[in-house]
Amino acid sequence: MGQVLVFIEHDGTEIKNQTRNAITAGNKLGDVVAVVAGYNVGHIAKAASVISGVRKVVVADNEVFSFALAEPLADLLVLLAPIYSYIIAASTVIGKSIIPRAAGLLDVQPISDVIGIIDANTFVRPIYAGNANATVRSSDARKLMTVRATSFDPAPPNDSAAPIEVFDIAIANTKSKFVSAEVPKKERPELTAARVIISGGRGLQNGENFRKLIYPIADKLCAAVGASRAAVDAGFAPNDYQVGQTGKIVAPDLYVAIGISGAIQHLAGMKDSKIIVAINKDEDAPIFEIADYGMVGDLFSILPELDRELDHLA
Amino acid sequence: MKILVPVKRVVDYNVKVHVKSDGSGIDTAGVKMSMNPFDEIAVEEAVRLKEQGVATEVIVVSLGITACQDVIRAALAMGADRGILIATTETLEPLAVAKLLKALVAREIVRLVMMGKQAIDDDMNATGQMLAGILGWPQGTFASKVAITADTATVTREVDGGLETVALALPAVITTDLRLNEPRYASLPNVMRARKKPIEVISPHELGVEHSPRLTVINVTEPARRAAGIKVKSVQELVERLRNEAKVI
Repeated sequence: MGQVLVFIEHDGTEIKNQTRNAITAGNKLGDVVAVVAGYNVGHIAKAASVISGVRKVVVADNEVFSFALAEPLADLLVLLAPIYSYIIAASTVIGKSIIPRAAGLLDVQPISDVIGIIDANTFVRPIYAGNANATVRSSDARKLMTVRATSFDPAPPNDSAAPIEVFDIAIANTKSKFVSAEVPKKERPELTAARVIISGGRGLQNGENFRKLIYPIADKLCAAVGASRAAVDAGFAPNDYQVGQTGKIVAPDLYVAIGISGAIQHLAGMKDSKIIVAINKDEDAPIFEIADYGMVGDLFSILPELDRELDHLA
Repeated sequence: MKILVPVKRVVDYNVKVHVKSDGSGIDTAGVKMSMNPFDEIAVEEAVRLKEQGVATEVIVVSLGITACQDVIRAALAMGADRGILIATTETLEPLAVAKLLKALVAREIVRLVMMGKQAIDDDMNATGQMLAGILGWPQGTFASKVAITADTATVTREVDGGLETVALALPAVITTDLRLNEPRYASLPNVMRARKKPIEVISPHELGVEHSPRLTVINVTEPARRAAGIKVKSVQELVERLRNEAKVI
């Protein structure tokens, strides 16, 4: 068993949920040390210290880490690396940006999107958009990997706090600069954190129908709203709603696919959901092959009825 | 400014892949192969930068067997100027590819590498970041918008929950996401013209890169199949089952 460094992703306010799953993955490999990087992130370090399975928190608090730019973060991981056998981050945009960069600098072949840990050197990861799983053995002495959050349980909170250690090091970054962020206002839960997801596809026909028919049902179930790539490409929904191999990978308790035929790339993003419901007018749609409950019919009459039926529940 | 665009030959994205019965990998015999779709977007973006007068030359490189020349030709038909094949029969990991590209960047004196964010076969999403790291260059990953000036690349990235714009001091590596552009179809005259464009074939050895793989594939399996459930007859039945049987609402 070696020491495991887990990168704690946060938005300045709170720790990203997927990080908790990465901690669980890390605990299968050894003692987890959590690294928190950012500017004025004492509260994040504190939050990390009370996650079960975290033995120690290392905090690098410096303006250079303000916007989670890949260049200084990868440099930080490289500086911390010598005493760790594993460096792990959740498979998020930030995780995928920094882990391979740090791996290149450390002359390590990273392992992306780990969904299973067989032993200290052997891991399972999806290839071909999840149409196959590859079991790979790494010969690198130090292993860097991103892990898919939906494949590991989130680490629960802990009663006692792990010690927090300050890592005071000067890292310069003259190569990249944050310019701006465009974060659409969210009135609903985040896709990757939601217990219920209502997703719409091309069957909705246009953006107005998408909003009119999907949103009220989502709100009644406190659900996040998702979309197929076809619906996103057609402009029915913004890109960050996209569920699938090229969008977000989700595994909620309940996933309702409405007017989604079930292209391979969409299924790759949601097939690990606990319960899948499909509503589609085409009874041969591939989505029905993986749905626990399927309903064949016209969504334009089914959805208003479902909306009314949910009213009765309340 | 010269732009280098690495392109990978992969199983066409429309093909439903099958795992070989001995678990050694994916069956590629007789399967249609194409340029990795994200790389196609990178070629398109590089060619547009040349058309805008920002780039002086677009060099495409592929790594692998002789048949990889097909995807180099496809990129040349889209408007790239010349091709390089780093010829090898070995399966190269992202780390090896990054090292070879680094050597090529030095040889060709390029200031911008534009490449797909990931290949749709191994789904590693690593080579661009690794290359940027070992070159000591900044990286603009998951790019959905790119603007290049003499010394800066301004890249809008698709991040979790929105967009983020960063300014990178050139030279830099940019990896392309789906919405960056829609790659053109090469016209027949351009396909003909591409046949005359040069493709240089070199070996990894000539680039001074020796590399042994770090990952061994133990096996490749089909993921567990999810069994189809039942069809419900009415909305009432659906809600009733979700509530009392599945207990999820």
